[in-house]
Amino acid sequence: MTDLSVNIGSLTLQNPVMPASGTFGPELAPLLDINRLGALVPKSVTLSARDGNQTPRICETDGGMINSIGIQSKGVEHYMANILPSYHDFDPPLIASISGETIDEFEQLAARLDKHPDVAALELNISCPNLRDNGQAFGMSAESTFNLLRQVRAATGKPLIAKLTPNVTRIQDIARAAEQGGADALTVANTFLAMAIDTETRKPRIGNIMGGLSGAAVKPLIVRLIFQAHQATNLPIIGSGGIMNGQDAIEMILAGATSVQIGTATFVQPNAMNTITDEITDYLTRHHIDAVTDLIGQVDLR
Amino acid sequence: MKTFDAQIIANQPVSARYWQMTLDTSALDQPVRPGQFFHIQCGDTWRAPLRRPLSVYHYDQKSRTLKFLYLVKGIGTQQMTLKKKSDIMNLIGPLGHGFTLPKQGALLLIARGVGVATLHALACQARAENKNVHVILSARTPADLLTVDLLAQIGATVYTVTDTERTSSVKSVRALSEKLIREEGISSVYTCGSNRLNKLVQELADEHQLKGELATEAHMACGIGDCYACACTIRKDNQLKTVRVCTDGPVFPISEVVL
Repeated sequence: MTDLSVNIGSLTLQNPVMPASGTFGPELAPLLDINRLGALVPKSVTLSARDGNQTPRICETDGGMINSIGIQSKGVEHYMANILPSYHDFDPPLIASISGETIDEFEQLAARLDKHPDVAALELNISCPNLRDNGQAFGMSAESTFNLLRQVRAATGKPLIAKLTPNVTRIQDIARAAEQGGADALTVANTFLAMAIDTETRKPRIGNIMGGLSGAAVKPLIVRLIFQAHQATNLPIIGSGGIMNGQDAIEMILAGATSVQIGTATFVQPNAMNTITDEITDYLTRHHIDAVTDLIGQVDLR
Repeated sequence: MKTFDAQIIANQPVSARYWQMTLDTSALDQPVRPGQFFHIQCGDTWRAPLRRPLSVYHYDQKSRTLKFLYLVKGIGTQQMTLKKKSDIMNLIGPLGHGFTLPKQGALLLIARGVGVATLHALACQARAENKNVHVILSARTPADLLTVDLLAQIGATVYTVTDTERTSSVKSVRALSEKLIREEGISSVYTCGSNRLNKLVQELADEHQLKGELATEAHMACGIGDCYACACTIRKDNQLKTVRVCTDGPVFPISEVVL
């Protein structure tokens, strides 16, 4: 019997496969066995309501897509009254992704959700490229990452997962800053700041001009970032970016990931997370590996 | 709603820019309403990773066949044209809210370009319920006019207007519509395919107190309400709201749509 369970801080997941924030919802229930996921990650919530960005909010690129949704959210009170209850009947633990424009907003969100029994952990979206000018994000600076984590850490006892941005020179510095600030885990990583232009109309293909690139095209970049972050910290890493199948997930685990998030693949095939979980099991069986945790960081560099 | 495979029965061009695909959807076990759509995997998921939302052009419940009329526009629809009879397409659907028919009175459908696809499904349904249907078809050229004969065959009255014949201006479509509203007992008006015509239909519905519905379109990622890519703005109870085309629409009451 292969053991797929993994630990993210104090949280134990039945398997390493979870959705990436913003690509998942209870609407998937007819198309995907949600109870087979390692965790549930609803779309990022903000303190107060936000309308999101102008359209078009997505465009397709070779092997991927650019999105600039802009965290359309009805605010944390609506989230607690309506969104969290919509997941109540599912078994996997729920990781609440939170997003703010200031450190205080992150702190208030964490404090508001701290006592909620349905929230197993918080993922801090310190890396959304679509909220501020030219994709600026807290996660671009080690100092603001540290300060943000330290302040939120004081507001909650729940496990904290810092979702890092790939749009940095040295992710090792940010990973260490998050660890020192009190993060229990890292998500590596959010989307890559990107742009596409329609050559017929000469207009940007995203209403907000720039957006975040995801999908198969970014996977080698993410594998490299996971490897670098894993070298720099002891924190469990959730690999996210371009996983389309079980082999891609295994690749990220070998680079140092403990768990993986799936986003764009769900748009291609809504049951992708179930298929990927099966393919991870097949790989372990084929290689006579008892536990998926035996593979973490086991890339052979000799 | 489900994800399922469907075998292609036919896939061929119907004019210079438009193709029609017929699928065997015997895997489908739920009703399909005019105005609903399916989210279709077009082919090569490297060049076209995202699905394309295509509205129902025709669905035959008895034979479980589904037809799409599609404009070949970008990489996804180009890939669809490469598909042959017996090839398998992967679909999610049926999705979204469809049209609602009036309890009584005749329907006026105003379509531009490929917007006729979804209105054709509505015309079939209305004719099956023995309602009178008048369709104004607008296109760039007479060669771009689609489904004129098919609509006539099912007993709809068809009026065509085109840019090249200089009959498609909003002013002339308005005059024709007002004549039909006056003379044909029109109780409801539907449109798809042109922003200018959307505005006209919104005005006509307001001025003549008609039931009005608009089928919208948008770029989509998930198609089922999770990703918020396909946002549009509506006005409800005098408040502006950002809603999802895929699950809150794609058909909206025309009085609510912000144009």
